[in-house]
Amino acid sequence: MKEFGGKALFLDRSDINTDEIIPAKYLTENTKLALQPFILEDLKLGGFDPRKDIEGKGVIITRANFGCGSSREHAVWVFEVNDINVVIAESFARIFRQNMYNCGMLAIELPKKDIETLFGLGDAVTISVDLAGCKLTAQGSKKVVISFNLNEFDKNLVEAGGWLAYADKNY
Amino acid sequence: MGKTIAEKIFAAHLRDTPTPENVILDIDVVMCHEITTPIAITDLEARGMDRVFDTSKIKAVIDHVTPSKDSKTATQGKIIRDWARRHKIVDFFDIGANGVCHALFPEKGFVRPGYTVIMGDSHTCTHGAFGAFAAGIGTTDLEVGILKGVCSFRTPETMRITISGTLQDGVFAKDVILFIIKELTVNGATDKIMEFVGPVVEGMSMESRMTLCNMAIEAGATCGICLPDRVTAKYLWPFIKDQYESIDLAVEDFVRWHSDPDAEYVKEMSLDVSKLAPQVTFGYKPDEVKDVTEMDGTPVDQVYIGSCTNGRIEDLRSAARILKGKKIAANVRGILSPATPKVYSQAMEEGIIAIFMEAGFCVTNPTCGACLGMSNGVLAEGEICASTTNRNFNGRMGKGGIVHLMSPLTAAATAVQGHITDPRKLL
Repeated sequence: MKEFGGKALFLDRSDINTDEIIPAKYLTENTKLALQPFILEDLKLGGFDPRKDIEGKGVIITRANFGCGSSREHAVWVFEVNDINVVIAESFARIFRQNMYNCGMLAIELPKKDIETLFGLGDAVTISVDLAGCKLTAQGSKKVVISFNLNEFDKNLVEAGGWLAYADKNY
Repeated sequence: MGKTIAEKIFAAHLRDTPTPENVILDIDVVMCHEITTPIAITDLEARGMDRVFDTSKIKAVIDHVTPSKDSKTATQGKIIRDWARRHKIVDFFDIGANGVCHALFPEKGFVRPGYTVIMGDSHTCTHGAFGAFAAGIGTTDLEVGILKGVCSFRTPETMRITISGTLQDGVFAKDVILFIIKELTVNGATDKIMEFVGPVVEGMSMESRMTLCNMAIEAGATCGICLPDRVTAKYLWPFIKDQYESIDLAVEDFVRWHSDPDAEYVKEMSLDVSKLAPQVTFGYKPDEVKDVTEMDGTPVDQVYIGSCTNGRIEDLRSAARILKGKKIAANVRGILSPATPKVYSQAMEEGIIAIFMEAGFCVTNPTCGACLGMSNGVLAEGEICASTTNRNFNGRMGKGGIVHLMSPLTAAATAVQGHITDPRKLL
């Protein structure tokens, strides 16, 4: 089972859409790896510079309705090939959330107050996820432990290594 | 307890219930296009799983960038074309026969009431107009769909949207759905199905119902859905005439899918559209919507009429009403992309293409093109487009470009005046 966690990148905005995560003009790439340089290229967020701010990050912490818009799984792959395998948000758009679990990655929903807590930990925050215990530990200006709910089916997908492996075994 | 139409469709397609919150459905139609399918194909090949569950249930098209614009898009076309040939997929639409998927596949009669439909494209919700459950999905879901004919969904929750009143002349389904998205916001319907009912929906053509359902995703919905009726049966008649003795009997049969009177909804919304003005977006989210009167005078550089939202014959007719005998403003580039070859040829027969061309529009072949900034009308930094498409996201039609969403009629009025214009003034 792979490890989930890493240094956090804070994206302080709601409704970040998949066109911002990976613009459509890059959807002509025929490998996932080719998407790597274009992560969050069109994100409209003051002060954010994808070339500098992505480096070394493994987790994204953001607000509501993350990943809305297009169904493009490229929005998940571009995170995967940049070694980001967890997104923590107040809520997700359905297709993006399912794409994350389908790829064996984590889209963790937390109540607004917990998201506020994480945003209050300063800029240098490291997240580690205990999948079995449904808990995450955030180490920033202080250490906090937050429990989360995970849909049992989604958890099974992550444990199976994604939907294709799960479906091939069960259907 | 009664069931909603979506619950009935789910019950009829239930393969498995891994948890009370999740269901696995059998899928009737798996639709594929050349942007999200090639990686599914190459991944299945790499895994030694290059198979399809049922060639007759797979429909494929090259529509996003066609004709190909460079080697990469040519390769995408080649991958899906070779795959369709290899697996003898009969319903594959290549150049010459291709059009925007959510306009082309309905024309071919591929979607029927009670069907389950998936596609690696978020606007798959369009097909709910036929009383089907149709949802956009990612590439991994598509792979499993191609391989096994199943897809996972959360147990459905439905919100019912009752639309009553009488639309003013110059106000259309596009204005209604933009107004609904404004009210619900961009995630007001996330994980929910939007069931559109009421006299206004009953009076709509299939084209208008498709426009309505097309943008359900912009409020976050899994699917938009209309109850199948006589309008549905008449549209589908060429494809179902061997199945039913008469249109009346088809209509009678469709009723089994209708939501029961005691079905439960998670939310009810009612709106009277009698006073609704044409709607236009501002900003970068499809819920940022104003009456056209508040946007009047906003300058534009380009007017784009087309897409899976508004590239059908009814949309072209509506724009032509304003364009007939007029020229578009000198500061505006006009682009028309009829959504399918059938729409194109019908528009030619009706003299609509001539009206657009005489007005100064460029007419392109059917393609998704500019809607998502891939080809055929990408904007330069700082340019503004009045568009009949579905998304005004930052950079959507080209980096640094701005998109205002509106109906074809408002777009036509805007093209003529050179700035956003209330079309009711020109009728």
